[in-house]
Amino acid sequence: MVAALLTLALMSLLIGIVLLWLGQRFQPDENSVVEQINAVLPQTQCAQCGYPGCRPYAQAIAAGDADINQCPPGGQAGVQALADLLGTEARPLDEARGLHKPPIVALIDEDRCIGCTLCIQACPVDAIIGAARQMHTVIADECTGCELCLAPCPVDCIDLVNRPEPFYVWPAPHILPIRVRAS
Amino acid sequence: MTAARTFELAGAPHLPPTSTVGGVMRQVLYSLVPAVLAHWWYFGWGIFFQIALAVGFALVFEAAMLKARQRPIKLFLSDYSAVVTGVLFALCMPPLAPWWIAAVGMLFAIVIAKHLYGGLGYNLFNPAMVGFAAVIIAFPIDLSNWLTPRQLSPGLPGLGETAYAIVTGQLPAGLAWDAISQATPLDALRTGVQDNFSVVEIRDHPMFGDFGGLGWEWIANWYAIGGLWLVYKRVISWHVPIAVMLTVIIVSAPMWLLGPDIHPSPAQHVFSGALVLAAFFIATDPVSGCSTMRGKLIFGAGVAIITLGIRRFGGFPDGVAFAILLMNMIAPLIDRYTRPRTYGHRR
Amino acid sequence: MTDPLPGERLFSFPGGLRLRHNKKISCETSLAAATLPDRLYIPLGRSRGEQGELLVAAGEAVLKGQPLTRAEHDFQVVVHASTSGTIAGVVDWPSSWPPGRTHPCLELVSDRSDQAADPLPLGNWPTADPQVIIDHLREQGLAGLGGAMFPTAAKLRGDWPALDTLILNGAECEPWISCDEMLMRSRPEAVIEGALILARAIGAGRVVIGIEDQMGAVATALTRARRELDPDDTIRVIKVTTIYPEGGERQLIQVLTGREVPHDGLPQDLGLVCHNVATAVAARDAVIEGSPLIGRVVTVTGPGIRNPRNLVARIGTPISHLIEQAGGYTDDVDRLILGGPMTGIALASDDIPIAKGSNCILALVTEQLQHSQPTLPCINCGECVRVCPASLLPQMLFKAIASDQHELADELDLFDCIECGCCAQVCPSHIPLVDYYRHGKGELRLKDLDQRRATLARRRFESREQRLAREQSEREARRERRREKLQAPNEAKSEIEAAIERARQKKQ
Repeated sequence: MVAALLTLALMSLLIGIVLLWLGQRFQPDENSVVEQINAVLPQTQCAQCGYPGCRPYAQAIAAGDADINQCPPGGQAGVQALADLLGTEARPLDEARGLHKPPIVALIDEDRCIGCTLCIQACPVDAIIGAARQMHTVIADECTGCELCLAPCPVDCIDLVNRPEPFYVWPAPHILPIRVRAS
Repeated sequence: MTAARTFELAGAPHLPPTSTVGGVMRQVLYSLVPAVLAHWWYFGWGIFFQIALAVGFALVFEAAMLKARQRPIKLFLSDYSAVVTGVLFALCMPPLAPWWIAAVGMLFAIVIAKHLYGGLGYNLFNPAMVGFAAVIIAFPIDLSNWLTPRQLSPGLPGLGETAYAIVTGQLPAGLAWDAISQATPLDALRTGVQDNFSVVEIRDHPMFGDFGGLGWEWIANWYAIGGLWLVYKRVISWHVPIAVMLTVIIVSAPMWLLGPDIHPSPAQHVFSGALVLAAFFIATDPVSGCSTMRGKLIFGAGVAIITLGIRRFGGFPDGVAFAILLMNMIAPLIDRYTRPRTYGHRR
Repeated sequence: MTDPLPGERLFSFPGGLRLRHNKKISCETSLAAATLPDRLYIPLGRSRGEQGELLVAAGEAVLKGQPLTRAEHDFQVVVHASTSGTIAGVVDWPSSWPPGRTHPCLELVSDRSDQAADPLPLGNWPTADPQVIIDHLREQGLAGLGGAMFPTAAKLRGDWPALDTLILNGAECEPWISCDEMLMRSRPEAVIEGALILARAIGAGRVVIGIEDQMGAVATALTRARRELDPDDTIRVIKVTTIYPEGGERQLIQVLTGREVPHDGLPQDLGLVCHNVATAVAARDAVIEGSPLIGRVVTVTGPGIRNPRNLVARIGTPISHLIEQAGGYTDDVDRLILGGPMTGIALASDDIPIAKGSNCILALVTEQLQHSQPTLPCINCGECVRVCPASLLPQMLFKAIASDQHELADELDLFDCIECGCCAQVCPSHIPLVDYYRHGKGELRLKDLDQRRATLARRRFESREQRLAREQSEREARRERRREKLQAPNEAKSEIEAAIERARQKKQ
């Protein structure tokens, strides 16, 4: 009896030590976790998640401060990818923060632009070029469609347009209705 | 210049299709006709009742499941896959098996093995074999009541007597199981070897015919001829039947040469039971089998080895059905590991 | 062990289909030039990178053969005026690819005189430097006439090991198409001369012309022309077995050499270059005649055409104009296809112009199509596996793409699919497999593009953060300096005195 208890106690002690050591040895590197999360995020830098950019959001997720469903540009697929990465349960996108939209880019109506540079300061990826009292323009290839330039514009000269689809996109074939609806 | 004409868009290729699922299934049915006639010649009217019952239940269950799953009924009934399942199941039934066996078998085959897995194209297991496995476990006695072939029988039951037996589950007055039935050759062999008779002694009985069993071997021949026609028409590929037959011969030949007293000959193995039927018609079922060429060879060889194992060591007389179900389980895995080398890639 | 010389021994490739040819009906009328349409729509490149700089403006008069764009590198294809007339401008015009969309085209209004610019032949080509020949071909707007329109110069010049063999692809494997066959029959000498020019351009010592084994007349014509024009005996005419798709570049190379083009490489990695025979003829015309690529042979055929035939059409001619010259449509025409029945693209309208790669206009009638054929689930029958010339598992690719597992499709080598259509043709469930593969490839490329955009955005965001942090610290440092100055009373006082002094001086 005593021997059995002792053996069990010893075993749990040993296993505990080994587990502790393993935990120390293979502790996930905080930075690499942030990097991995950041790689999954869409890098729109739109701040809809409540953090001032994708990397700050990634840091917040890694620190456990933020939930994984706060990124509207990533959509449900993005939530799933984060859940897969972190080994947690996927949950529905928090739509209070915004809806998932098709890819868009900002377009400045150059006739109306007064050259106030406010949008240039707002752009998180420096994708707007121009100078004071000079017309501004958006580098469409580098615009992430974050919409952050809309609010500061005093003359409402920025529109969001659908990002042109590359020519190689082929529509998903739809095959005959395998399911017949009763109605 | 005339005004521009507009046309409908469609994906390539723009040629009429070479084959249809319904067409493939119909060809399978045609190629079974000679074997069914041979079955009738040796074992009487029962086979027609079995086919009618199994196909009828199959279609009823199929239509009901399609309706329940909100799928187009006419489209899927016209693919003939349920009919093929029914016919293959019926060919494994004793001629006088009562009607509820077909009902239970088709319930398992169509409702459980096929539609609960997602319908045509999604079933993991061969539906006919699932049905067979279900009834051989549920009704072992009924399934062992095989008739004596015409040449050895005092008289096969007539049309009316067969109908009576199938509908009521009992023999009509004047007929007795002892008189008209006998064990199948595989059964007789198994019990004989267990009772310490040598294979040669057991085979003295006229029911063993030339290689596999009187009647059985000729039905098997007709299966093989129908199957070869399917291979010729490219409905099935040669890989599975060849793999099954060759493996049976290669594995059983050395054992037979070393111990002819306890091991049946390769010919006996090939021509008895449902081996030829399975090799050409059941293991070649595309949905639950392999689709790579090397995968088909491995699948066929696996079916043969497991069948021989069950015949030698198992509790059931013929193990083809279980062998196929077991191989169905690993078919996707085989497919994954037998991927051919893609053009321009190194292995 | 040395590899056999290309064509010395024939090899086979896995899979493939034997198809009904239907080529005869368009070969009965001899090759003739199509009449000029009133307006031509000359397709431009899709992006600036493909298109080069535009040299003409709306309203400008041009001569036939005058260059309309300039190429800055080998991947840009120069376009030339197909006839003389006035440029009406750049318009978005219906295009074949992607189906149902538009493409920028130069609209050219013909003046009906068809007055040509001065030809620019390269007389000394047998002794010219290969680079000069390649430059010349680029200026003359050469692109692959087999269908892909790959810039010829980019195929001839690159940093790969020495090229020893030129393969001319005359194996037109798709049913109905006969433009290359008719071209080889009517101009065998041009094929041979073009072959010698292209061989000179890449420095290859051998040329193999691969044709189908049923093109008897072509073989005779080419052999006769070869005897006259090829004193050094560098050219071989090889007949290959007619099994679709033996005319695919990778399949033809496999048949002729027994070797496979690496999946991440080019034929050039094997010391080979493969060109279409029509491209060779165009190269010959560009070098010897000095005429740029402004026309090509187009097969106008199919049961939906009254008089099927081959026509020499100018680039930019609307398809409807060619159809008219082939007798017009029959009443039951149902589908118009650019290319062959296996890989061709169904066209939304016959306004679409002939481009450099348009080899065939095929009009099909209702009973030849699979309109009423419903699609059933895949039954895993493996027919597609048997016919796939790239040894893929088409049914697994289909299942992966249909369930949006595009990465899995990528692992199953989706990008090695050549979209030949064999699998879809034999599928008993009538699944539009090729459409699925195109969709899957597009999705994977899109995903790759998104990934690259995200990386770019991340980098730009990070550098902006650094910039903001730097500016912030600079601003703080400045403020700090000022505060320090104000706190040191002497300095502050002297500074104030200096300011007063400056103000006083200004007043005076």
